[in-house]
Amino acid sequence: MDKPQKHIWLFEISPKSNLLDFKFKEIWQYRDLLMLFVRRDVVTLYKQTVLGPLWYLIQPLLTSVIFTLVFNGIADIQTGTVNAFLFNLAGITIWNYFAECLKATSDTFKKNENIFGKVYFPRVIMPLSITVSNLLKFGIQVLIFTAFYIFFASQGKAGDLSPFLLLLPLIVLIMGLLGLGLGMIISSMVTKYRDLTFLVQFGIQLMMYVSAVMYPMAIVTQKLPSYVSWIVEYNPLARVIESFRYMVFQEGEFSLQYIFITLAISVIIFLFGLIIFNKTERNFIDTV
Amino acid sequence: MQEKDIILRVEGLSKQYRLGVIGTGTISHDLNRWWHKIRGKEDPYTRIGERNKRNTVGTSNYVWAIKDISFDVRQGEVLGIIGKNGAGKSTLLKILSKVTMPTQGLIRSKGRIASLLEVGTGFHPELTGKENIFLNGAILGMTKAEIKSKFDEIVEFAGVQRYVDTPVKRYSSGMKVRLAFAVAAHLEPEILVVDEVLAVGDAEFQKKAIGKMQDIAKGEGRTVLFVSHDMDAIQKLTQRTVVLADGEVIFDGDTDKAIQAYLSQGLDTKPYHEWESLETAPGNDFGRLKSAAIRDEKGELCNRFSVRDDIYVNVEYWDLNTEYNNTAIIHVINERGQRLFASNEFNAPDWLDFHDKTKGIVTATCKIPRHFLAEGQFSLLVAVGNYNPEIIHAIEDNLLSFEIFDDTTGDGVRGSYAGKWPGIVRPMLSWKIKKEPLDSK
Repeated sequence: MDKPQKHIWLFEISPKSNLLDFKFKEIWQYRDLLMLFVRRDVVTLYKQTVLGPLWYLIQPLLTSVIFTLVFNGIADIQTGTVNAFLFNLAGITIWNYFAECLKATSDTFKKNENIFGKVYFPRVIMPLSITVSNLLKFGIQVLIFTAFYIFFASQGKAGDLSPFLLLLPLIVLIMGLLGLGLGMIISSMVTKYRDLTFLVQFGIQLMMYVSAVMYPMAIVTQKLPSYVSWIVEYNPLARVIESFRYMVFQEGEFSLQYIFITLAISVIIFLFGLIIFNKTERNFIDTV
Repeated sequence: MQEKDIILRVEGLSKQYRLGVIGTGTISHDLNRWWHKIRGKEDPYTRIGERNKRNTVGTSNYVWAIKDISFDVRQGEVLGIIGKNGAGKSTLLKILSKVTMPTQGLIRSKGRIASLLEVGTGFHPELTGKENIFLNGAILGMTKAEIKSKFDEIVEFAGVQRYVDTPVKRYSSGMKVRLAFAVAAHLEPEILVVDEVLAVGDAEFQKKAIGKMQDIAKGEGRTVLFVSHDMDAIQKLTQRTVVLADGEVIFDGDTDKAIQAYLSQGLDTKPYHEWESLETAPGNDFGRLKSAAIRDEKGELCNRFSVRDDIYVNVEYWDLNTEYNNTAIIHVINERGQRLFASNEFNAPDWLDFHDKTKGIVTATCKIPRHFLAEGQFSLLVAVGNYNPEIIHAIEDNLLSFEIFDDTTGDGVRGSYAGKWPGIVRPMLSWKIKKEPLDSK
């Protein structure tokens, strides 16, 4: 190596940055860390409390019971041939994955301030790992749902499985991308406005009511004037949940076109979130 | 320094922090600020954070935490970085380790940079030692395969073989530190940034850590940036040191000189003080101080000594006393304000030979012997007076100051023990030993 090595620098740190640099290559380099974070989340989930993992069973079941009592019992919402409890459980199972991802990723910066302040790795590994490890909780809830599905199917109250069920991974992907994307946007804003965290809890709750979790989408257009019903109709989350229910019950609305539109929307939200997140990670430690 | 040896180059690096009107955290604050603004009132949160730049009240809302810092680091060099609190060390490290970005300037590097985590950051208490080694290593940028190949070495170095499968929450804090250091020390980055890690752990481990860092730099040819307040550690580990003050490089070069530069900045007292004339000097018609100095055995002014150096204190005064016999007095006070001892010129056996009630300029020199004071910062009180009756003519508290360090070369009081040595003095005493064999009946 006798030649002058003036320009062989491995990397540079400078104030300039490319807004559209998503650093996918760097994320790939840190894939081991991603998996270790996922492992950590999974292992500690079991180590923490006795009730810890059990909570993921109790929460959707109780919520479904209450929804059934209120919306189907009192408000008399019809769910067709499908048992109302199972109908609600389906909505909640898929909704929970989104909500958990959003909730857990929305305080990424604040929660990891300590470690982010000391060492560098692509910050996006953190929310990404949360989204992946939440798949485990989702898996547990899907198992419960399956158990109840089999039970109600034996009584003929569960509709029919649709061949589109094969698209389930796509549905999960959309929910993950939406939760992660929105979570990254919010977590970036939380570095400046701490009280946004409270808004997140409240916002998720409100959003659930306009996402067709506990009612079929058709009922919205039937009963509500169009200046309100569009909130549900154009809500990608509502579309995803409705599609999931179609996959397992063959009831409600379904169209491949909608699925791909929502997929496109969720990818856009994810990329947008990534841009904001990457921009925030550069200097957030100064403002936290 | 040859161009191709340079592994890290910092050019004109600056980082600006905005004070005052940055988002102070909550929307309600921002709304409140806006509400105050439309009513024409003062911003209720402007004062937050203004204390940052200590002695000057800035006219602008911007503060340069570091300003225009440039230096090169050679391959395999251990570079020390010292500076007082707020000098910009942490900011520099944060930028180097990519935790935050510079406002201006450029860092170019030919190698990966990894920084040593503080005690157990990134450790999860519920995970076992083994799991944490993998997690911590990955956080620091290692791949799983890399960690696996180093795993046994790490465990052995940390000395936690028995506890690898125990959750880290049951570890003692010392064990946690050792484990954290062990993981980082076995990293493969070309450049390792170490911040104050040696302040923890017991003496044995500190020694091991210093040895490891020397190995890293010398044996493995890796580059280390070592940031510390501990001048001893800096001296042991580095040849070259950068001194930061108020965000700028005030010295870059030989470590011994750098430490001098670091210690002398902002110190009110010096190893020397002289009053210009008899009229302005402190004192009265019986005696006035002329000068005071701290010197080494060669007679040179010095404010930094090893525990094995003799220290000479010179007191020069105008002896105007024709009634009583004047004496120079010194007190030595340590950094905790403890008055270690007082000593008087009249201890000299020939004192009376020089005090025959005639006027003159007296120069009295006191030798503080080696192996007597412990390491630390000391200040000197210097006075002139006479006893019987007791009258103090001139007294100057905190006039001079000096520092004593203890290196573990082996022939001092502490031998080669590198840990903290107790006691406010460190005298070398004589010991007599007797031993009888067990089976002597």
